[in-house]
Amino acid sequence: MAPAVPRSGDAIFANVERVNAELFTLTYGAIVRQLLTDLEEVEEVNKQLDQMGYNIGIRLIDEFLAKSNVTRCVDFRETAEVIAKVGFKMFLGVTASVSNWDTEGTCCSLILEDNPLVDFVELPDTCQGLNYCSILSGVVRGALEMVSMKTEVTWVRDMLRGDDAFEFQVKLLKQVPEEYPYKDDE
Amino acid sequence: MIGAGKMKQYTNVLDKPLSKGRQEVSLSGFAYLFSELVQYNQTQVDNIGELERRLEDAGYAVGVRVLELLCHREKGNRRETRLLGILSFVHSTVWKVLFGKVADSLEKGTEHEDEYMISEKELLVNRFISVPKDMGSFNCGAFVAGIVRGVLDNAGFPAVVTAHFVPVDGQQRPRTTILIKFAEEVLRREARLG
Repeated sequence: MAPAVPRSGDAIFANVERVNAELFTLTYGAIVRQLLTDLEEVEEVNKQLDQMGYNIGIRLIDEFLAKSNVTRCVDFRETAEVIAKVGFKMFLGVTASVSNWDTEGTCCSLILEDNPLVDFVELPDTCQGLNYCSILSGVVRGALEMVSMKTEVTWVRDMLRGDDAFEFQVKLLKQVPEEYPYKDDE
Repeated sequence: MIGAGKMKQYTNVLDKPLSKGRQEVSLSGFAYLFSELVQYNQTQVDNIGELERRLEDAGYAVGVRVLELLCHREKGNRRETRLLGILSFVHSTVWKVLFGKVADSLEKGTEHEDEYMISEKELLVNRFISVPKDMGSFNCGAFVAGIVRGVLDNAGFPAVVTAHFVPVDGQQRPRTTILIKFAEEVLRREARLG
């Protein structure tokens, strides 16, 4: 049986069911507002958003692998490319670009010019420390952890704080070898 | 820029051109986000009534913004003053923009003058949600009920809006009905307008 050919992000996005991005944007805004009212501390909200993203990521990776037919990535470079081109396109409808590779190839930046989460959003003065898109970094972290890569994801540039694009840095901490849940009978 | 105490936005968000509303994200992306919303709220409440109320409040905020956005973009800033006008706005325009299709049906309640019902075979938000038996009549459509309430309230038609499951013969999943009960003042005004 011939192996399935990996599909491009555009092709997959055209095939999945889609909803209006504004519903998505407004729902995300409602979530952030609820968190701000409940938790009040901006740092707590950042952490909670990251956690929510993590929860989403661990489930999202299954769907991603099922729909995109990607083959096993050879190295972290390929992983980052796949996330940026296929992953983001498939779920958010926008592509990201990868840059700023370090010499060892374990750390890179993903840059988003267009981000559906932040349409209509403006950060008030009281919330300047808020990483509004923390959920995205959580999703990437969660998804990669489920494919045996422990990563650390940090935000570098944020358009809501006056920068010109959204940039987050993904750093590969270690590759965790897959553990089988069964012990061989001795 | 040096000095200024507060950070300056790159562009004032109000100066940015309003998008046409054609951009899309995947349904699964939205479904994941919504499930996180529900899960987070579950940790914050003790009972179902409160959970529904929180989802409704979240939806209310969405409704407020949807009304402003759509009034400007779709209707050229014309304001609805009649009951049927605002109801058909919700049933057609709002539903079309948010969910991609007009609502399945809009009915007037037979028992009470002030009740109207918008029905949908399968609400978008409920598609990937299954409610465990011990949660009784809980309906995540409360989020959509909140959106409708937000739209109606801010258009000047205060109402109580709730979401209910209505079992349908021959269908495995029940239909969802959004029940709208308008406040007294709305009906009085409507009667005055003739």
